[in-house]
Order: sequence, then C-alpha cells, then structure tokens
Amino acid sequence: MCQPVDTTEHVLSDFDREVDAIRQILGIKGVMSVDELRRGIEAIPEAEYHRLSYYQRWLRSIVTTLLRKGVFSQEDLRTALDRT
Amino acid sequence: MTIEITPDADLLAALRTLLDARGIASAAEIAERIALTDAATPARGAAMVARAWTDPDYRTLMLTDGAAAAEALGIPMRGAPPLGVLEDTAELHHLVVCTLCSCYPRAVLGYPPFWFKSAAYRARAVRDPRGLLAEWGTVLPEKMRLRVVDSTADYRWMVLPLRPAGTAEWDAERLAGIVRETDMIGVTLPAS
Amino acid sequence: MIPPGLPPGSRVRVRADWPEAAGPVHVRTPHYLRGRTGELVRHLGDFPNPEDLAFARPAPRLALYHVRFAQPPIWQQGQAGDDLLVEIFAPWLEPA
Repeated sequence: MCQPVDTTEHVLSDFDREVDAIRQILGIKGVMSVDELRRGIEAIPEAEYHRLSYYQRWLRSIVTTLLRKGVFSQEDLRTALDRT
Repeated sequence: MTIEITPDADLLAALRTLLDARGIASAAEIAERIALTDAATPARGAAMVARAWTDPDYRTLMLTDGAAAAEALGIPMRGAPPLGVLEDTAELHHLVVCTLCSCYPRAVLGYPPFWFKSAAYRARAVRDPRGLLAEWGTVLPEKMRLRVVDSTADYRWMVLPLRPAGTAEWDAERLAGIVRETDMIGVTLPAS
Repeated sequence: MIPPGLPPGSRVRVRADWPEAAGPVHVRTPHYLRGRTGELVRHLGDFPNPEDLAFARPAPRLALYHVRFAQPPIWQQGQAGDDLLVEIFAPWLEPA
C-alpha cells in the first residue's frame, strides 16, 4: 500500500459514468444511501475487492444492496440478465 | 448465474432494465445525471480561488461557508454535502485525503481523479505526507507546517492555496487559469 | 461520548473500540485514530449517524466535530508541528 502513487490520468469509461449516475439517482430518490454503498463495498471479499475496478465495486454493492432491500429479486435479476 | 461471475456490462444492463421498469431511473434521467456530473470540473473551484484572491469579502464568505461562496458564482450546490474551505497561510499548508473511501468536493472539482482513490494515496497521505508531496515535486518551505485533512464524514474539503508571487497585476480570470485541481487538494502549489 | 458544548481546545480521546470484531458494521472513525488523543477544534454541525444509515435504520442526528491530532506520534514518519484534522462523531469521543 505504501508505494509510489500512480498519477497517470485514467479517463472514465461510459460504464463508470453510468454507474456513478445511477448511484446518485438512487440517493436522490431515497432508494439507497451512500452509506449503504460504502457498507456494500466494504463487504466485498478481499481477493475480489482487489480484482475489481472502482466502479465495478460500486456496481456489485448497488446490486447486492437492492437485492437485500427487495427492490428486485434474484429471479427478477436472472430474468433481466437472460434478456441482455 | 450469480453476480460474481456476471460480466459487468451485462450486470449494468440488467440493473438499468430493472430500475427503468420500477420507475426508479429512466434512460433519460441517467443521461441527464451524467451530463450534470460531467459539467462539474476543476474550473469551478479555480474560479472560486481566483475570486478569493482578488476580493476580500468573497474570501471571507468562502472561508465561512464554501457552499454559499460556490452558489454566489452560479455553481449548483443543491443536494451537495457542506463544503469546507481550508486556508493556506505562509506558516500552514493543507493536504486533503479520504482514507476511508474517496470523499471529494465533486460539486466544485468534478469526479475524483484515479490517484485520489488509490490505496497508495489514501495510506501515504496520512502516514508519509511529505514523502507523498515530493512525488509531485512539491517541497514545502522548511518552517511551514503541514496539516492533513482526512475527509471522514459529512463535509467535503477544498484548499484555498496561497496566491503565487508575481501575480499582483493579474485579474481574476487570468488567475483562475493557473489554479489546478491538484492545487485545490494540496498536492501541488500554484505557480505563476 | 463527550457532552455538548465542550469548548474548542478541549482534550478528547477517540474510543479504543473495534466494533468490526463483533460483526458487520460501517464505521467512519479511522482505525489509526482509535485510542488516540487530540484537541477539539470546532463543532461542524449535526448529521444522521452513518453507522445507522449504512444499514437503512432510523438514523438520529449526532454532533460532528473537527478534531486535531499531532502527526507524530500517530505516525512516526511525520515532522514535529505537522498535524491531522479529522471529522469525528461525538459518540466516538470522550474527555481526555
């Protein structure tokens, strides 16, 4: 962790910006707080955490949180994934 | 298929479908939110710094209530966390970090840069801040104290750096042109 | 918990508490400051408790303080005179 800081510029992808925007909308609409997002990120197993990019972690946390809160079910998610 | 092994683009597409079907987030709302977020750039913070360097009343407002000072320049702050402004002096330099995640004054600086979110920056900013500054080529005068501000909770913090020498005749617009994002986090110092 | 109205400059200690060990929590008090003593700088306002918000529980508003810690001895790599300024919620602070 205590290594030189990588200061090269990383341009955000469309994926990154969409995940970011969805998180904001979920907060504004009271569906999910930023604290729930953080809790979900902290709950990602360590090996997976390090493998995932910043916004991949956000997406994992968002989906896990919305499943837990019953915003949609595993079944709903499976159906939506089958159609993509 | 579980979340863990689903390709990310597919998982995002499924999430988008589900949120749209539930009336939580439409494609148009997401596009609007992306556009609003993209519009926030370090130019906003730079305009505030330049104004504070040239207008003592504005400087006072900025140090008292950062959000009010941003709004005074037309920067939208509705829904944004409170903004605190850290005043650098000849004796004290500020450096901002969020060791717990990546809290950043997004309303006035935009998306946090990659390095700000990195484990290396988050660890070393508190542990070895002068070593970290040296990587940016920033060497503080010997007697200047360094205050590291760990942004752990509800405020977001930006630095009001010292106005560089040799800029006495400059107007606010020209001054804003030299203020960089890194200057307002404290890893670099503005130079004329 | 420190009492409301403690004046700026008061010595305060961050509780040496590790709720992570007991189960899932979300805590905004950094590990490196647990058990450390600093100086109250100012009351920043009252905000809903993030430890509750993270679990979608009703979140009472808590006093949030800016607390200053001398850099050494928190990290021995620091230079004397350097310090850390950190937001900490009242329940994590006790008079020192």
